[in-house]
Amino acid sequence: MAAIIQEIIQQLVNGISLGSIYALIALGYTMVYGIIKLINFAHGDIYMLGAFIGFFAINIFQMSFFPALIVAMIVAAFFGVVIERLAYRPLRHSTRIAALITAIGVSMLIQNVALLVWKPDPRSFPDVFPFKSYKIWGVYLDNRQLVILGVALFLMVVLHYIVRYTRMGRAMRAVALDDDAARLMGIDVDRVISFTFALGSALAAAAGVLVGIYYNRIDPMMGGMPGLKAFVAAVLGGIGVIPGAMIGGLVMGVAEVAVVALTTSTWKDAVAFGILIIILLLRPAGILGQHEREKV
Amino acid sequence: MLKVEGLNVFYGGIHALKGVSFHVKAGEIVTLIGANGAGKSTSLKAVSGLVKSESGSIQYNGKDILGDAAHKIVRLGLSQVPEGRRIFADMSVTENLSLGAYQRRDTAGIKADLEWVYELFPRLKERRQQMAGTLSGGEQQMLAIGRGLMAHPKLLLLDEPSMGLAPLLVSEIFEIIKEINATGVTILVVEQNAHMALQVAHSAYVMETGRIVLSGPADEIARNAKVRAAYLGG
Ligand SMILES: Nc1ncnc2c1ncn2[C@@H]1O[C@H](COP(=O)(O)OP(=O)(O)OP(=O)(O)O)[C@@H](O)[C@H]1O
Ligand SMILES: [Mg+2]
Repeated sequence: MAAIIQEIIQQLVNGISLGSIYALIALGYTMVYGIIKLINFAHGDIYMLGAFIGFFAINIFQMSFFPALIVAMIVAAFFGVVIERLAYRPLRHSTRIAALITAIGVSMLIQNVALLVWKPDPRSFPDVFPFKSYKIWGVYLDNRQLVILGVALFLMVVLHYIVRYTRMGRAMRAVALDDDAARLMGIDVDRVISFTFALGSALAAAAGVLVGIYYNRIDPMMGGMPGLKAFVAAVLGGIGVIPGAMIGGLVMGVAEVAVVALTTSTWKDAVAFGILIIILLLRPAGILGQHEREKV
Repeated sequence: MLKVEGLNVFYGGIHALKGVSFHVKAGEIVTLIGANGAGKSTSLKAVSGLVKSESGSIQYNGKDILGDAAHKIVRLGLSQVPEGRRIFADMSVTENLSLGAYQRRDTAGIKADLEWVYELFPRLKERRQQMAGTLSGGEQQMLAIGRGLMAHPKLLLLDEPSMGLAPLLVSEIFEIIKEINATGVTILVVEQNAHMALQVAHSAYVMETGRIVLSGPADEIARNAKVRAAYLGG
């Protein structure tokens, strides 16, 4: 019995570590959707860019982990803002499907340029935290998981603070609720949208660097699957709802780890899509989402 | 204070404003009345910069603001309380009010205006922490007006402030509009309730299908036979 409980806790620990990475990526999807109703399919590629920037910062510029993380976040934020400016802003008033197709195009562009420049072969991420494992009551916890959990938690607390208590955060929520009313308050909606892309991209980049230290390998196509899974996590939590993305990410990570533990790893990626189909059937608005209210 | 000349606004193929002109003098209450779909809201949106006019001009205190971004126009002291209230439903009353003062930096002035809004609408003060979406319709309208005042406007545009309110509350709201005006805020109010609007306004414009068809002092408009037949029930 004790062994089973230990095993369950072990899988929960693993699932939450993985899930907090999905949550960080999911936040960007959900914030951007909340504010301009766009599924930013290029978001997974920003996560990949973040991993590469972190890689270069550590390998070439000899930075230690935390400075490299911050550099990756800043550079990715810049990329996010530029992408919105060049690709999405000109389409602000066109149909949603046009913007969606553009997002897919941007994603392919980033992937292919990355393939060209960085070559398809995986690179091994520098070993910034030499592996150390701790055993607590039969449950293994390693130092990388601790870093991932610590960084993810810290970033989510900071994000929560920004969105709840700062002037810009209040403006973000106002634009998400009613952009014309926000304009009448004197809010520069374009600036708020840029800020949202910056914030979402920085979080995705942090996830990229964290995955680098967790799995030790990165490649230009790495954004695809985690990007999709994080998107499902955002839908699961209720797209547009920030705490929803956090919960959705964790549920997704735990579900994935549980399925692998109970069956085989071949089912790993099927979990995400299974979950997606189930939510779309049972509760399309997601765990914390509300059904779209008509604007008056 | 506000000189609007020859506005033409199109929504796709719909020609919503066909050469609309009107003037608002500093210190006045001006009302714009007309049937549903006449283009009243569109006129206010054009002034606020939410819709673009193809031609004409909008002069505010001698400055041409046509084509300026909406958020910049607010900074000039021109604030709009939109039709249907458009309060931020998932935010508290206080948060809505502080968004009204978004573009201001004068902490002391903001605090004084907040006190003033709570004085005008004591019910809002009692419900400070309540989510705006759970307020009653009347309270939401008070919040929308209060939020507009938090911008410390010199010119306040009100789009149908009496919509959906019980008669008693309608007169209360119009009393407050007069009170706001008495502090030196110029007011342009769009109304379905022509009767009330013509009572408090100094001058009035009547709109029909995208055009101004009549204008003059409010009491004269109120006596006009056509207006009486169309908007005042005979
Ligand atoms: N976003 C829009 N897209 C297309 N047509 C619009 C839009 N907004 C307004 N219109 C049209 O423009 C015309 C003027 O509308 P407007 O809202 O200005 O009327 P209004 O005088 O405010 O009416 P009401 O008293 O019913 O509020 C109407 O024919 C309306 O259908
Ligand atoms: Mg209207």
